[in-house]
Amino acid sequence: MNVAGTSAMAHGLHSCEGCGLLSRAPGGAAEGRCPRCGAHVEFRKRDSLQRTIAFLIAAAVCYIPANVLPVMTTTTATGTETDTILQGVVLLWSPTGWPLSLIVLFASIMIPSAKILALVFLVISVRRGSVENNEQRTRLYRIVDLIGRWSMVDVFVAAFTAALVQLQPLMSVGPAPGVFFFSAVVVLTMLAVESFDPRLIWDSSNPRGL
Amino acid sequence: MYNEPLRDPRLLACLQCDLVQRLPDVEPGGSARCPRCDRELWRRRDDSLNRTLALTLAAMLTYVVANSVPMLSLSAVGHHASTTVFGGAMQLWRDNEKIVAMLVMFAAVVAPALQIGMMLIIILAAHKPRPPHWVGTLLRHHPFTRTWSMIEVMLLGVLVALIKIAELATVIPGLALFALGFLVLLFAAIQANFDSRDVWDRVEWANREQPDHVPAAAVRVVS
Repeated sequence: MNVAGTSAMAHGLHSCEGCGLLSRAPGGAAEGRCPRCGAHVEFRKRDSLQRTIAFLIAAAVCYIPANVLPVMTTTTATGTETDTILQGVVLLWSPTGWPLSLIVLFASIMIPSAKILALVFLVISVRRGSVENNEQRTRLYRIVDLIGRWSMVDVFVAAFTAALVQLQPLMSVGPAPGVFFFSAVVVLTMLAVESFDPRLIWDSSNPRGL
Repeated sequence: MYNEPLRDPRLLACLQCDLVQRLPDVEPGGSARCPRCDRELWRRRDDSLNRTLALTLAAMLTYVVANSVPMLSLSAVGHHASTTVFGGAMQLWRDNEKIVAMLVMFAAVVAPALQIGMMLIIILAAHKPRPPHWVGTLLRHHPFTRTWSMIEVMLLGVLVALIKIAELATVIPGLALFALGFLVLLFAAIQANFDSRDVWDRVEWANREQPDHVPAAAVRVVS
């Protein structure tokens, strides 16, 4: 649907991200304070694309050790064994456990990579001034925002398996270095989502001025 | 320096596409969506404050139970062990994953507590006809606690851990596990019943110059 309309920015109005109030800065300044909730307001999130890209690069860098390094160490009388995220998925695969295995595969491996790719796509399309599929791109942003938190699952799996399996000297489970990088990916991608301003998607299509 | 409010309190801009529009009348239980990007602008809830208060009190009690009793117990060859929610973060700390331990601690214990505590204070204060300005400050920061409180994700993680360990030993789900499940439902119900616009319409303004025409009656058309 193409609704012809004007953006608040084109009217010189600030829309508050804290409380939703629309207000005008005295003298048409680029930033101000919301008279209702007191939040700092500006037309668009500050340095949105640069900050998003910075978080994405950091996340992509951490993504490699997160998947290559083991996240869990199991120590038994016979020796020590380590598991990466993917090995954890394979281990869960059994006649009864396969639905859970699929969920973990989805949450831990597919969501983080899909999230990084989707945000890279959004940033590039905004940079290039794309005016196509604005509605779908906004929807993509909302989906990324909604599902991102679920990749924390494996961090909790490692934490609670380690907390419970402490049967020294028979067997004990502990976290391995991969878990740090894995949680870093989750946090960095969440910060990248937070930094991206979806209003930028529409800016190239908005009529300039009034 | 504060911005100046607009004369028409029903004018707003969509926070995801910036389209300026006038909020239409909404039937109780109905919602208004942005015509351009389809984002939900407002869903009008009936009796929002009382319902949310009841749910938040229930969430507070459930939270206390969920964090004070064991979540999982294990028995194998004469050994017995159990863990609480807090225990998961503690073990990471002992194993020298201190940063991850703090993250788990925040997402599983601190953020949910803040989420419940802030909501409780907001609702209690919002029962006044003109809630003081600090209610707005709390309300403005509340989404942050919602983003980082990950009880439902943790529950899935615990379930996976449970199934993994079940191959090696007998795992007994504890009371806290059921409390957490209930807490997830309560959080969803709170979100479905809380109408933040109802509080924003009445809260005392930061600039202390609230326009007279803004109060709820002007925006909410009772049908």
